[in-house]
Amino acid sequence: MNGISTFLAAAIVAGTPLLFATLGEILIERAGNLNLGVEGMMLMGAVIGFLVGLTTGNVFAALLGAMVAGAFGGLIFAFLTISLRANQVVTGLALATFGSGFSTLIGKQLVGQTAPAAVKSFFRPYPIPIISDIPVIGPIFFKQDAFVYLGYILAVVIGVYLYNTSKGLNLRAIGENPGCADAASINITLYKYVHILIGGALCGLGGAYLSLVYIPNWQENVVAGRGWIAIALVIFSAWNPYKAILGAFLFGGLDIIGFRLQGAGIQVSQYLVDMLPYLVTITILVIVSMKKSKRNAPPKNLGTPYFREDR
Amino acid sequence: MPRFIKRDEISKGRSTSIRIFSVILALFVFSIVFILMQKNPLDIYASMLKGAFGSSYSIRETIKLAIPLCIAALGIAVAFKMHFWNIGAEGQILMGAFAASVFALKFPEMPRPSLLLIMMVAGIIGGSLWALIPAVFKAKWGTNETIVTLMMNYVAIKWIVFLQHGPLKDPNAKGFAKIANFTDNAILPEIFKVHIGWIFAILLVLFIFIFMKYTKTGYEIAVLGESEKTALYSGVNIKKTIIISILLSGGLCGLVGMIQASGISNTLVESVSGGVGYTAIIVAWLGYLSAPVILIVSILFAALQQGGSFIQTSYGIPGAAALILQSMILFFVLGSEFFIRFKISKKEGDAK
Repeated sequence: MNGISTFLAAAIVAGTPLLFATLGEILIERAGNLNLGVEGMMLMGAVIGFLVGLTTGNVFAALLGAMVAGAFGGLIFAFLTISLRANQVVTGLALATFGSGFSTLIGKQLVGQTAPAAVKSFFRPYPIPIISDIPVIGPIFFKQDAFVYLGYILAVVIGVYLYNTSKGLNLRAIGENPGCADAASINITLYKYVHILIGGALCGLGGAYLSLVYIPNWQENVVAGRGWIAIALVIFSAWNPYKAILGAFLFGGLDIIGFRLQGAGIQVSQYLVDMLPYLVTITILVIVSMKKSKRNAPPKNLGTPYFREDR
Repeated sequence: MPRFIKRDEISKGRSTSIRIFSVILALFVFSIVFILMQKNPLDIYASMLKGAFGSSYSIRETIKLAIPLCIAALGIAVAFKMHFWNIGAEGQILMGAFAASVFALKFPEMPRPSLLLIMMVAGIIGGSLWALIPAVFKAKWGTNETIVTLMMNYVAIKWIVFLQHGPLKDPNAKGFAKIANFTDNAILPEIFKVHIGWIFAILLVLFIFIFMKYTKTGYEIAVLGESEKTALYSGVNIKKTIIISILLSGGLCGLVGMIQASGISNTLVESVSGGVGYTAIIVAWLGYLSAPVILIVSILFAALQQGGSFIQTSYGIPGAAALILQSMILFFVLGSEFFIRFKISKKEGDAK
């Protein structure tokens, strides 16, 4: 039992960067834009967050830096796909390449450096009084670091925003039918820009969690494909921030299970277990598309640019 | 607030010059990075050019890089033409290399021409079967192919790493996890000191050009890409067309895997593709999914990479700079599309 709960607690830690990126991409896709550059934005956030953290030793400056870097990646995407109506798939792929080059170039002199002590101590696991004493649930969910708690809060805030506020309703309308939203005098361009930028900032934060807390030293390609998993997680969670919590932690578990099984003396090839997250993603995608239920469908206008004069 | 209206038509010369201008603009903007590094950008671009085309050796190296880019981009172009966003070229290359390597390792003593032929066929089949999986999902249930093809890249790479550490580990490598080198029979011969992949590339450019432009299937692929409804009304067998074009697309990528394993690495390694599958997407897009343009763009991109590694050694500029430059060029060309499709209206309310 104890082994299982430490595994689950570790799965949550491993799933937190995925959660941030998934929430970010949900906002972006709800605005009707498919940004495949999550990996790039995470890498940009990871390197800038680490660099700022290392030079200033200030946690908040580091996080702000990571958010700005991620949002900058989002801005490139937003400008090209909204203002210049470029193809979203290709622009996203270019952004992924760009972020990878960007982080490698800037991170060149950071390789091997460790995150500063101030950052490390700030993100020490901090048990929440009272609720961390609840048996089973407490040790798994509430003896974590501040970043993990921020993830819980963000998921709920974004959930409430999407489903319980008029602005969130507007956003969903844009993703479903921008023509109608436009007729209802919603400023589509503004909404899209704002949400893509915020989404990018969240991806940047997810990257910074990896470089500053999870690893926590700088190594090349620190995100290692998690950005792509996050895109799949958006589909898994059916564009629903609440379901994203479950998905992210499930995939966090898959991410570390090979390592843990070996630790427990179970003989499996780590390389085959490493395939699991990807195979599970494919399986889920296929099942979701087979069911074709309306509830789990993507925003109707995902991937098509909106241009009023085109109608 | 300026208004943009759709252009009715634009001359080919005008659109080409807009695109070329956008590439130059990308190079210009990227100069800032070099200036920040306190290097003269003109010197660096000149030495990149020298590193890519300066000697017969560097030209050969550039061509070797261009071969896989060109063939894989042709494959991607076929799928993209159909709006099947196949970003699984990387995995298809790896699986093609895997299938070809199985024969190279199992029958090392087979006569060279027959072994190479079998390896080529195996590579093509390996790549096309790997591409077929997402295509079947797409044709049957409309599953998003972008994510599936992408996930399958990771599965393929983990598969090769697994083989390296397990079933295909070379016992003679002194515990080092690698797969045995091919015998000479399994290595592509050279013409003009470059493995004959370059001849395949040229032939395939011709083949794809003719296939897409002058055959019924090629036309059906393009129609299906433009509009599924149009294709349906005009009696195109949608499922069949998807499957054929994906087999072709994956097959070309699989062939790239065979060429790289046989002609470059002489064994199966997980880096046999080394990102070619992703760069080829950029090449295919910049080449407007047209075979002859893809040939030119792949040579340019190969030059960019070769030149990039040259300035890495001579100026100490990290190889990642070339990666950024590639994506910047793509950003600018993507952005320039807008100015090809739209123009700024001078009159108020001139919108259509």
